[in-house]
Amino acid sequence: MLSLFWEFFKIGLFTFGGGYAMIPLVTETAVNVFNISNETVLNFIAISESTPGPIAINMATFIGYTTYGVLGAIIATLGVILPSFLIILLISTLIKNLLKISYVQAFLSGVRPVVVGLIIGTGIILFIEIIFGIQTIDSTFSFDYKSLMIFSIIASISIMYKVIKKKFISPIILIIISALLGIIIFGVF
Amino acid sequence: MVMLLLISMKKIKELLHLFWVFFKVGLFTFGGGYAMIAVLENELIDKQKWMDKEEFLNMVAIAESTPGPIAINSATFVGYKKAKGIGASLCTLGVTLPSLIIITILSFLIEKFNLLEIDYVNYAFRGISACIIFLILFAGIKMFISLKKDLISLSFLFITLICLILFSIFNISFSTVFYILIGGFISLIIFSVNKLVNKLKKGDKN
Repeated sequence: MLSLFWEFFKIGLFTFGGGYAMIPLVTETAVNVFNISNETVLNFIAISESTPGPIAINMATFIGYTTYGVLGAIIATLGVILPSFLIILLISTLIKNLLKISYVQAFLSGVRPVVVGLIIGTGIILFIEIIFGIQTIDSTFSFDYKSLMIFSIIASISIMYKVIKKKFISPIILIIISALLGIIIFGVF
Repeated sequence: MVMLLLISMKKIKELLHLFWVFFKVGLFTFGGGYAMIAVLENELIDKQKWMDKEEFLNMVAIAESTPGPIAINSATFVGYKKAKGIGASLCTLGVTLPSLIIITILSFLIEKFNLLEIDYVNYAFRGISACIIFLILFAGIKMFISLKKDLISLSFLFITLICLILFSIFNISFSTVFYILIGGFISLIIFSVNKLVNKLKKGDKN
């Protein structure tokens, strides 16, 4: 049980930049340390991506539950969040003065456009992957017009709402609508 | 005495609100980090008005350049800003609990019934994927609009964008943390060189 905590503490400590970055490390740990099959891990990843919450937490809960039941789930989750929590707490106590230092400001002013680039880039990559089926240069082209339909409907709803109501629609509502659209468009047609 | 009670009631209400906001964020963000940014942006800037856009981008920059899931980093950050250590703990707990509960129940259900084999569950998830793409793009564009658009910023943005897409298509693995560190350090070098040049110019005049 202690090794479960420690393994996930390490994962929390060494993964930068969110969910997708931690997938290789979690897979390796699950297979080599906890003897979970590769196929099971792949299923876990698919579910983690399509259920709410950060992938890291979802994966930790899954593997924890599989190894030691509910208590295992809690311990693995605690392990993966503690490093972030402690580090940000430390930075937060320093930040008022930290952000006033001109060198820190210079560093962050370089990071900001990079972050915006990463976000838009990720959106474009996912668009190409899901709508056109192209993941790498070797993938075959397959046009998914149903996903494109859902994408267009959601985009129109969001933009119309902004124009009419003068404020942004909550992403939560859009997600619920899109789940219903998925059931209707993939299920009926 | 009554005053004290009222003050502490108000404090407790505030803390519960903090917890609730992050519980909602945890409950309704699918697909990890960048989708989380879209929901956080809507919640923290537009609805709660807890921070402005510049502050939000700073927070994301810090969350991205420190280890751990962005969601946890942001929750701890906002919680500390609003109510110090207790706030940080409550927000982190709030954002974690939905996942913990849902996945535990789901693990149990998957063991018992073959939940993943149900077609309609799959269809709903495919609909959600299309929506997530839109949310991520939309959040990115909103952040682009509020970004300071000088030559350096724009070139950083587009180089990152193009490298990210090319590396992904050609299947080259390059951790996002490197983009962030490279951007930060180049900007730091430009700043230091400028400072040095200005100093030298002043020295010449004297």
